[in-house]
Amino acid sequence: MPEAAIFQGLSWNPLTDLDRLVSYPFMVHALEAGTIVAFMAGVTGWFVVLRRQTFVGHTLSVIAFPGAAAATLAGLPLAVGYFGFCACGALALGGIGGSRRGLSAESASIGSLQALALALGFLFVSLYHGILSGLDSLLFGTFLGITSRQVLLLLVVAVATVSFVAVVARPLVFASVDADVARARGVPVRLLGLGFLLVLGLSVAETSQITGALLVFALLVTPAATAHELTSRPGLGIALSVGLALGVTWLGLALAYFSTYPVGFYVTSLSFALYVLVRLGRGAVGRRRATARFAPEVA
Amino acid sequence: MLAHEFMRNALITGTFVAVACGLVGYFVVLRAQVFAGDALSHIAFTGALAAAVLGFDTLAGLFVVTILGGIVMGLLGDRARADDVTIGSLFAWTLGLGVLFLSIFARGDSAGNGTGGVRVLFGSIFGLDAAAVRTSVLLALLASALLLAIARPLLYASLDAAVAAAQGVPVRVLGLGFLTLLGLVAAEASQAVGALLLLGLLAAPAGAAHRLTARPYRGLLLSTVFAVGSVWLGLTLSYRFPTLPPSSMVVGAAVGIYALTLAATAARRGSLSREARSGFDAEGSLGRSEA
Repeated sequence: MPEAAIFQGLSWNPLTDLDRLVSYPFMVHALEAGTIVAFMAGVTGWFVVLRRQTFVGHTLSVIAFPGAAAATLAGLPLAVGYFGFCACGALALGGIGGSRRGLSAESASIGSLQALALALGFLFVSLYHGILSGLDSLLFGTFLGITSRQVLLLLVVAVATVSFVAVVARPLVFASVDADVARARGVPVRLLGLGFLLVLGLSVAETSQITGALLVFALLVTPAATAHELTSRPGLGIALSVGLALGVTWLGLALAYFSTYPVGFYVTSLSFALYVLVRLGRGAVGRRRATARFAPEVA
Repeated sequence: MLAHEFMRNALITGTFVAVACGLVGYFVVLRAQVFAGDALSHIAFTGALAAAVLGFDTLAGLFVVTILGGIVMGLLGDRARADDVTIGSLFAWTLGLGVLFLSIFARGDSAGNGTGGVRVLFGSIFGLDAAAVRTSVLLALLASALLLAIARPLLYASLDAAVAAAQGVPVRVLGLGFLTLLGLVAAEASQAVGALLLLGLLAAPAGAAHRLTARPYRGLLLSTVFAVGSVWLGLTLSYRFPTLPPSSMVVGAAVGIYALTLAATAARRGSLSREARSGFDAEGSLGRSEA
């Protein structure tokens, strides 16, 4: 096992550390895959937060788990299961959201769908005996052991999803901010929503191969939510969201490399810490502005 | 089937857990807080693992952390209704913590090798002993009693918060109390069906009940009956076919009931709207363009 050589902690020279970080091919692949995944999650995540579809996003990421389990059971490549299930899930969620039955009925349907997905996943895993450690990695992912073919596949899917989002970005923002006005102006709101869900399904399926079904959400929502706190301008917001996701992923991978704790812990903690800091900072700035505005009247 | 003690324990615990889930779930769906339930189920997972790592009683850790999670979510949101993005960020982090504890736990206990985590995630209803049954029955009864005690004002506050507040109903306190109660039930149910699957017992029976009736007490009753029914059905199936895991079967039954309800009401509404359209053509076409 090379682990003893890897986990030997930081030296005091940052350049040596950087050198050691990229000295193993598996770590290079992990960094490449992490970069692609973070970029895509940053872009789609910004729209997820804008459209208030966090529950839908989480459900899609959970659907990736039975997909992977079913593929393992049937002896198919994992990617087939991930993409197949996530695409079907996106269509089903699009159907749920489309029938305008009000917020509570919608959330009940999404919740039931998610529970069903998890139940199926656990069923498949139990039918396929003896992979309890495999179950952990399906749920929580592994950045290690990524092949260069996987990286290539990730890149193809990422280019496809990001270019779709880039093409429909303007009408999608319009439809997300004010669906009724957009519909009146002839924007195909429903079709856009469904297309976005499919793209989201694709990127979630892809991300969960790396981060595991349960942690996709950390990259998808938290950096995007931080970006939304900082700016309401779409272009700047998407750039910020991507930048935060990238930074968090790189730092998380590096920290995981030099310690013995899982990468998912670092990525989620870093992004959540940023989110909390930004929320607190904004609260403080808002209060100062408010007091500055009212100060003359008080005096 | 009833000759086995593990089966009797599972049925007793499952029934009481289902009653609590059905009752609380009705309000979860009514208040559109299924996502909060989802988040609490993940928090339950982290809580149990944290307790296991730090050497406390797993059950105590599960309850304390989950109930605290409910309170935090209540405090974070405006008017005790936390918004989705805040909840999402919070529970993504909680999951990350869970992964950390899982890795420490799996390393420390090489014989178990992560099965503890799986047990928390997906439940172990067939592995309960008499003491666990007693605790969970008592807690389920407590949760159900508390919910029924606040049912009337909570219903008012959920349906029209502004008017309820104007009438002197403590809307915020009720919302906070409800989320705390939800935390209790989430912790309770994650013993039976596991942290990840309890959403099935919370959302599906209640969703079906909401679909069938708009009357609150009938809805509460229906939701409870559906939840108990799916636990019984799921446990029986799992007993008959031992390869099928009980939690998957319970949730499968609950979602099956929900799907049947959706299909049945859709068919009934379809025939109703056809009748209506033959009578009032203008309204019928309006309804179609909306859909």
